[in-house]
This record gives sequence, structure tokens and C-alpha cells, in this order.
Amino acid sequence: MNINLDVQDISTRPAEKCVTKLKAENINLYYGTFQALRNVTLDIPSCSITAIIGPSGCGKSSMLRLFNRMNDLIPGARVEGNIELDGIPIYNSKIDVVELRKRVGMVFQKPNPFPMSVFENVAFGPKRHGIKNRGELEQIVEKSLRQAALWDEVKDKLGQSGLALSGGQQQRLCIARVLAVEPEVILMDEPCSALDPVATLKIEDLMRSLAADYTIIIVTHNMQQAARVSDTAAFMMMEPDRAGVLVEYGPTAQLFTNPKDKRTEDYITGRFG
Amino acid sequence: METRTAFHKKLREIQDDILALGSMVSKATSRSIEALKKRDLELAQHVVADDKKVNQKRYEIEEKCVELIATQQPMASDLRIIVAVLSIITDMERIGDHAEGIAKIAIMIGDEPPLKPLIDIPRMAEQTIDMLRRSLDAFINHDAEAARKISAEDDTIDQLYDQVFRELLTFMAEDPKTITRATRLIWVAHNLERSADRVTNICERVVFVVTGKMEEIGASKY
Amino acid sequence: MAIAKFDTRRISQRTAFTFLGLATLITVIPVLFIIVYTIVQGGGAITWDFLSQFPSQAGRAGGILPAIIGTFYLMLGTLVFALPIGVLAGIYLTEYARDNWLTRLINLAIVNLAGVPSIVFGLFGLSVFVLAFNFGLSLLSASLTLAAQALAMVITTSREAILAVPREYREGSLAIGVTKWQTVRHIVLPQAFPGIITGAVLAISRAAGETAPILVVGAAFLLPGIPQSPFDQFMALPYHLYTVAAHVPNMPKETIWGVALVLLVVVLSFDVLAAAIRIKTRQRSQL
Repeated sequence: MNINLDVQDISTRPAEKCVTKLKAENINLYYGTFQALRNVTLDIPSCSITAIIGPSGCGKSSMLRLFNRMNDLIPGARVEGNIELDGIPIYNSKIDVVELRKRVGMVFQKPNPFPMSVFENVAFGPKRHGIKNRGELEQIVEKSLRQAALWDEVKDKLGQSGLALSGGQQQRLCIARVLAVEPEVILMDEPCSALDPVATLKIEDLMRSLAADYTIIIVTHNMQQAARVSDTAAFMMMEPDRAGVLVEYGPTAQLFTNPKDKRTEDYITGRFG
Repeated sequence: METRTAFHKKLREIQDDILALGSMVSKATSRSIEALKKRDLELAQHVVADDKKVNQKRYEIEEKCVELIATQQPMASDLRIIVAVLSIITDMERIGDHAEGIAKIAIMIGDEPPLKPLIDIPRMAEQTIDMLRRSLDAFINHDAEAARKISAEDDTIDQLYDQVFRELLTFMAEDPKTITRATRLIWVAHNLERSADRVTNICERVVFVVTGKMEEIGASKY
Repeated sequence: MAIAKFDTRRISQRTAFTFLGLATLITVIPVLFIIVYTIVQGGGAITWDFLSQFPSQAGRAGGILPAIIGTFYLMLGTLVFALPIGVLAGIYLTEYARDNWLTRLINLAIVNLAGVPSIVFGLFGLSVFVLAFNFGLSLLSASLTLAAQALAMVITTSREAILAVPREYREGSLAIGVTKWQTVRHIVLPQAFPGIITGAVLAISRAAGETAPILVVGAAFLLPGIPQSPFDQFMALPYHLYTVAAHVPNMPKETIWGVALVLLVVVLSFDVLAAAIRIKTRQRSQL
């Protein structure tokens, strides 16, 4: 299953800015003896939003977690195949996983602000990466919160607990926390599934505004969300042995108006069965 | 705070496209009449050739609408705008086809001596174009009142068409040799009358966008 | 008929509630009885002299100051050894150890450690700290012995407190390129701190009440002074209580209960301290 997307296809982006940021080739992922992903190959273009959709258990979250090696945390997880970030293989013993995760940040399903102030939440990453100067930290915090479209709402309560914010604000705080370490890629694992519709639309707007400068990959079980927000979409599903495979990968508009694969058509039209 | 800014931006783009398409078909109509008046065959050829661009633009807008429906799940007024656009572009494409028809008649007439100076036909064209322009303004401004008014003006077009028809009929009755030329001019007037009917369709869509009701306004006599 | 059925159900519900309430009451009664009885019996012995004087006439007269101080030293020593080792072990076992046979063996050992009779710890302390390490019968030997006993509880409570820190916090930190140790240090430990400290305080308050282990590693019944170094012998409340109650003839009953009351207050005050720390830090961590 080699569905490679010609990055030039992404009409909404200036072609010269778009390069292949992440490349996954013939990925097989195992948890113990269970095969979670089979032969997945896809190229993620930079400065755009790529959505991964598919039914529950199709391995889309597993796929996402491969890009910053969060699967390493799961005992018994084993990866075959090659994943490259800017042409550098990331499943290589010489790769510093901590450094990789600095470049490939992640936002989770449930908003998970740390139990500390709004300011400390955003400053947490930069502090750990060695920035001590208070003025510099203040600048980073303001810039990140502005980027995350949260500054105006929290600028007067930076000292308050991050947990006191609303769900949508908490998730934007988590995005600001990731932005503060200046990543190149942001992985989002169902970032809106715990939010109400209005908060969801705000996050989607935020994602669109970030897409100009960051490579964003979002996993969502909400097909409509993938359609609204992404430039490129990947559809994954389970084979009979429950291993996840990539069925179709292409420009979002095409995938949702005229999918090439019958299985994609069946899934997005609700005839999946 | 406005959400879905990316979607609303695309929706505005489509509305800009509608205005662009409107100006394309207005121009085609006025040029076809000018070609007829001035016996400018080259201009007429241009109008015929340009109709392809009109059709192309129409498909382009249609595709954008389908994409927005598929990816953005438009609701309420957003949905009505997109549905209206899909209908309006068909009407405008037809207006373009009528202009092309007039240009083809101008080519057919070629350098035959004129039957009479053209007065009412250019007036019909001018008014149709004016109605089209204002109907698109009404669409952009969501102005149902203006749309109803424009639609009512179709009666004047019908009257002008009646006038042109009776006049040319007199010519034909007096001198059967003029039948060919007079019939062609009747076709021209008929094309313009049809174009104006399309404008009333556009006005109906404007009312639909604003009120959400599909109503027939100012049914044409023809 | 429907009503009758409803009635039997209500009766059985009432019966259940009554028994449950009774069971709860039964657990509370002995505790209250012990506290009240100790106060009634020993309250009269508590005077400033009793708390601030050295004992005389084999404990029949005078005070119990060296025993109180000895117990505090002992608790301090236990804390110094048990807390860091216990917490570090707890961190290692939860955050770093792989799930293999060795880890499982260690976990099993820790669980069993808590079940080892305290006199066995005393013998262990005697042979290892007193004799092998040559620390002699001393405060140090006793502290290490009690620390070894408290360790199981400190590790277990630390581990539970660390495990109770939501996985989401760890992931959120790791996902922005923060190292594992930084995550443990800045996210996990501050969150687990109230639980860890509560466990540690409870463990040493339990150690403070132990008699058997210190019996064989350095506690003395009567000493002329307060210990000057960790290598000195010491007096302690539980051992003093045991001796005056069991081995000193013609002991005034009120004095025995007085010692018991002081021991009870010391141990309970640490439990209260643990609760206070927990409440305080919980409030702070929620800002």
C-alpha cells in the first residue's frame, strides 16, 4: 500500500514552502505479539494540517505516537520500518528522544495542564530546557499564549491555576505549552473530543492559524472535523486480524468529495460495515 | 468572537467569484449587442470564444461549493448561501449562453444592410445588465426588498420585448423580403428577454437566502 | 400485595443499615475507650515535673524526660534513614524499573517486609548494626533497625502516591522534550509529596511505639543523662512503659498510665501532623 502524496497537490499552500517534513515507510508496529499497524507508508507535508481518520482501534493514535516516539513508553511496543524527520531516521539508536520530542510536540485528548499557574504551565518547557532569565520567560509565555489565542483571556490571571480555566481554555493552554518550546511539528491526539462545540471550533480556528508555521498532524474520530480543518487526510482501517492499514491518503477536499477507494467511500458515507 | 474564520473566508471568496462571473456575463451581453450594432464580427467572435471562460468559471465555483459542503458542514444562512450560489451560477451561465447566442446571430447577420436603427434592443440589454448588477448587489447585501423590486422590473423588459416584436412583425407584413432579418432580430430580443428572466431567478435566490423561503416572485409573462 | 413487598424490602434495608452502623460503632468504641481510659487513669500523673525531670527510684518517682527525648531522637533518626531511601526506592520502582522477574521479586520482598514480626527486626539489627557494623548498643543501631522496619511502609506509600499522579501529567511533560528525571523532579514529586510525607510520618509514628526491636539494640531502662552522640545508649517511652509496668515492683499505677498517656499523645500528635501536612499541601498544590 504505497499511497504517496505529491506535495504539490496541496493547492492552499504555496508549493515552494511545502516539503516532506515527516516520512513513514513500511511501518509495522507490534504490541507484544499483536500487530497494530501493517505496512503504513505516508509522507507528511510541512506547513499544513494532516488529519488521520478511521474507526476506533484502527491504529491512528498509534500511528501518531510513532512520530515523537511516545510509543516507546509502552512496554512491549516494537517498530519495524523507517520514519524520518527532515530526512533523518528517528528510530535510530543515535537519536536523542528528548531532543526529538522538543521538535515534535504533542497535545492530548484530555486537556492536561499541570497543577500549577498558567504562567508556570507555559514556562515549564523553556525552564527545563535551561532558560532561567525571568524577562525572557515572560516574553516566551506571552508570545506562546498569543499564538494559542489565549492571551486576551488569561493575561490578568497568569498566576491562577491552569486547572481553573474552562476545558477549551485548558486545551489552548496545553497548545501554548507546546508552542513555548518552539517545536516544528505538533501532534494532536483527538484534541477536541473532551470539548463542547464552540470550544472545538475555536481550537480548529487556532489550528488553521498555526498551520502557516507548523506541521500539524491531527488524529480525530470526528470525520467532519478532519474535513473542516485539514489540508490532507489519511483514512485508516482495521484488517480482519485487527492490524491497522492505511487505505487512502490525499488532499482533504478530494478524499471527502471523491474518494478513490471503495472502503473510504463506505466509511465516510456511513455505509461501513 | 467569530469562529470558523477559515470557512467564512472561503465563503466570501465564493461570493467574490459570483461578482466576477456576473461581470463576465454582463460584459458578454453588452459586447454582443455592441457587435450587433456596429457590425463588428471580430468582437462577436470574441464573445463566442469568451463563453468558454464563463462556463469554466461556473464549474470552478460549483466545485468550490461542493468542497465547502463536503468539508465544512455549512448550516443555516451559510448553507442557504451555498445552495443559492449553486443556482445563481447556473442562471448566470445561461445569461452567458444568451449573450453567445446574440453574438452568433450578429455573425449570421454579417454585413447585411440593417433593417432599422437598433433602439429598443440596446435598451433591453442595458436594463437587463443593470438588473443583473443590482440583483448581485442585493445578493451580497442580503437585501430581499431590493431583490423583489428588481424582479418587478422584469415587466418593463417584457413590454419592450412586446414592442420590438410588434414592430418587427409590421416590417415583415409590409415587406416579406425583410422576414429573415426581422426574425433574427426577434431572436436577439428573445435572448435578452430570457436573460432578464434569469435575473428574476437570481432575485428569488436572494429572497431565499434572507428569508429561507422558496417563493416565486414576479412570474414572467413569457 | 405490592405494598407488602415494598415493606419487606424496607425492613431489610433498615436491618442492613443498622448492622453496618453497629459495625462502625464497634470499631470506634475501643479506640475511644483506650483514649478516655488512659486519660482518666494517667491524667493525674502529668505534671511539669513529670515531663521535665529525670526518673528516680527506678521510675517510681521523678519524671520521664530522657525517655521523651530518646523517643524524639529515635523518630528523627528513623526519618533520616527511612525517608530518602524509601522515596528513592519508590521512585525507582514506579518510574524506572522494568516489569521483570527481579522487580516482581523486589515488590514481593517489600510486601513481606511489612509482615515480618518486629522482634525479628530487632534480632536483625542486633546482628547487623550492633555486632557486624560495630555500632554497638546505640541510638544509631536502633534508628537503623526501626528505619529498616519502616522502610516497607515508606516505599509502599511513596509508590502509591507516585502512581496516583495522573499519567497525563507525565505524558504532557515528556511530550515537550522534558527528560524523565526532570518530569519526576518537577511534576511527579511535587504532586506526590503530600502522600509521601503522610506515609512517612505515619511510619515513624508507628516506629515510635515499637518496643520489641529497640529492646535488643540499645534501649536502656535507666540512664544518668541524655544521649550525647548517636553511639550512646538511650531511653525510650515504649520501653520505659514496658519496664515500669512489668518489671518494677510497687509501681504507682498512676505513673504507669502517665507514661502510656505521654506515649499516646506523641504518637497521635504525629498522626495529626500527617493529616495537617496533607491538607495544607493539597490546598497549595491546587493554588
